[in-house]
Amino acid sequence: MIGTGAGVRGRAVTAATIAIAVLGLSVAGGRLSAAAGQQRASSGPLPETFGFGRPATPAAIAELDIDVMPDGTGLPPGSGTAADGAQTWGRACRGCHGPEGEGGTAAPVVGRDPSGRPLTVGNLWPYATTLYDYINRAMPRPTPGMLTPDQVYSLVAWILAKNEIIAEDAVMNAETLPAVVMPARDRFVPDDRRGGPEVR
Amino acid sequence: MTARSDRRTTSRGQLTRRELLAGTAGAIGAAAVAPVAGQQAIETTRRPGRGPSEIDQRSSFVTPRRDPSATSSRTPLQDLRGTITPADLHFERHHGGVPEIDPARYELVIHGLVERPRVFSLADLKRFPSTSRICFLECSGNLRRGGPETLPQMVCGLTSQTEWTGVMLSTLFDEVGASPNATWFLAEGQDAAVLTRSIPMEKAFDDAMIVYAQNGDALMPGNGYPARLLLPGFEGNSSVKWLRRIELADRPFMTREETSKYTDPLGDGNTMRQFSFVMDARSIITDPAYPRVIEPGWHEIRGLAWSGRGRITRVDISTDGGASWHAADLQAPVLPKAHVRFRYLWNWTGGPGEIMSRATDETGYVQPTWDALREARGPRTRYHQNPITSWTVGDDGRVLFGAERVQS
Ligand code: HEC
Repeated sequence: MIGTGAGVRGRAVTAATIAIAVLGLSVAGGRLSAAAGQQRASSGPLPETFGFGRPATPAAIAELDIDVMPDGTGLPPGSGTAADGAQTWGRACRGCHGPEGEGGTAAPVVGRDPSGRPLTVGNLWPYATTLYDYINRAMPRPTPGMLTPDQVYSLVAWILAKNEIIAEDAVMNAETLPAVVMPARDRFVPDDRRGGPEVR
Repeated sequence: MTARSDRRTTSRGQLTRRELLAGTAGAIGAAAVAPVAGQQAIETTRRPGRGPSEIDQRSSFVTPRRDPSATSSRTPLQDLRGTITPADLHFERHHGGVPEIDPARYELVIHGLVERPRVFSLADLKRFPSTSRICFLECSGNLRRGGPETLPQMVCGLTSQTEWTGVMLSTLFDEVGASPNATWFLAEGQDAAVLTRSIPMEKAFDDAMIVYAQNGDALMPGNGYPARLLLPGFEGNSSVKWLRRIELADRPFMTREETSKYTDPLGDGNTMRQFSFVMDARSIITDPAYPRVIEPGWHEIRGLAWSGRGRITRVDISTDGGASWHAADLQAPVLPKAHVRFRYLWNWTGGPGEIMSRATDETGYVQPTWDALREARGPRTRYHQNPITSWTVGDDGRVLFGAERVQS
């Protein structure tokens, strides 16, 4: 989810683009078949727009636009604490992830071992917002997408508290969650492989 | 010759019972009751085969199978001879199962930093100028499972190749008026994982596509029916399947699949490499390989090589465990970001041997040894592994998976 405010410009149609378009038209003219004028040569200039599809209304976008960004953009109203989360965890998550968030059949979500084993929310996840985004879209695995914002906030609070990243009684909401600094915040570097003889 | 003239004198497929009985006593019957090697070539001429059908099926003698696990299924590389993977044998990897999508109700929304947010139906997507492209896909978790008795499929069967058809993503981004401020876009699937990845905008204006056809036919459900993103050369996970939404933004979204997963721990024990999209050059010998038992004499060593950075320029073969290397033939056309077939004639004289392949791409990158990879990334490297692998040949001709821990 990202603001769709002012300052959004289309790809600048520069004089050069227009020149190419005009040139393309004359070239394409030479390629047209006997049905010239009726049908464009497929390799001719592209129209400014094709006009296919229909406008996406703000309501239609809002229905699908569930992503949450590290700065909190996309977080809905609502809130929750670890205590609330413990209830939902016991009902909807512990069966796979274990009663304390580890030792289940599915990936552990608790673990602060700085040596990074196993890789978990506590030692690997750089942003707490990703936890909201992921639980909301993909968990619980058998029935994803059914949790309320309060439930998701409280599950996030429970997992963060279990990892000793936030206090037991901390309230997670659209303001507090993006402010959580994760232990793994600075572990990530962009890919530096770029071909050539060096193995990276 | 005799059988052939017998057939001419017989009314094929219309023998009466009397003729049959008479025949049984004669020369034809004698041939029929005492089949000898090669007789099949005659037997099949004695009764009409099945008629035309709506959809063909493989011969009952041909049963290639993917190898499914809980999260993926692997292409049987050892059963394939060309470079195009039959659609029903293309590897699968998904995070929330394969959704069943009604194409009539399918829609793709493009919004965010665009002038004209729009919704496209499948029919809309198909109306745009179309492009076809042959390229490979490979899961960045294409790692080996198993020991010496391991099929090529289990060494690296999470790669396949397809002729994809669809619309260039740049065409759609021009249609919606992508903002010059957009630097990343989010691609989101409509599976139960609602899988999301952030992709740099440069890829959109380079060679990204939204595809709706696989080898000329509709996409297979496991490969994103009815429409998926296709990012040639990039790790498979980023080519989001069952695509429902694209959002343009001025920064990456930091989804779970690009932070918790698909990132590579580096040697310092702390740093994680992120957004490692491109699949580096790799190769695998698919024949001879386990479970074959070969005989002394000439063998064509065959396999596949590919690179996400462009064309494969050479493949070298070693038949002595890496002591010496010889250039293999590459089957034209050698396409960029595509599987290419390599072949090398080898006269196995009977002693123990170890055969290996090593790919080089147009950037000068040479497929590394396992040691070189670990040296560069540390012992915990988890995705994007492309080590040279080997097959050992025993005195008895048994071919077994060798090692990845070959010396540099
Ligand atoms: C049926 C078993 C199951 C249940 C129930 C379940 N999960 Fe999961 N969970 C999984 C599996 C499997 C994965 C890994 C999915 C993947 O990699 O695609 C996972 C992944 C996760 C992850 C990401 C772990 C990582 O390191 O990337 C989180 C966080 C998570 N689950 C939270 C929850 C929460 C919260 C609930 C309860 C609302 C829940 N899960 C219920 C099976 C389950």
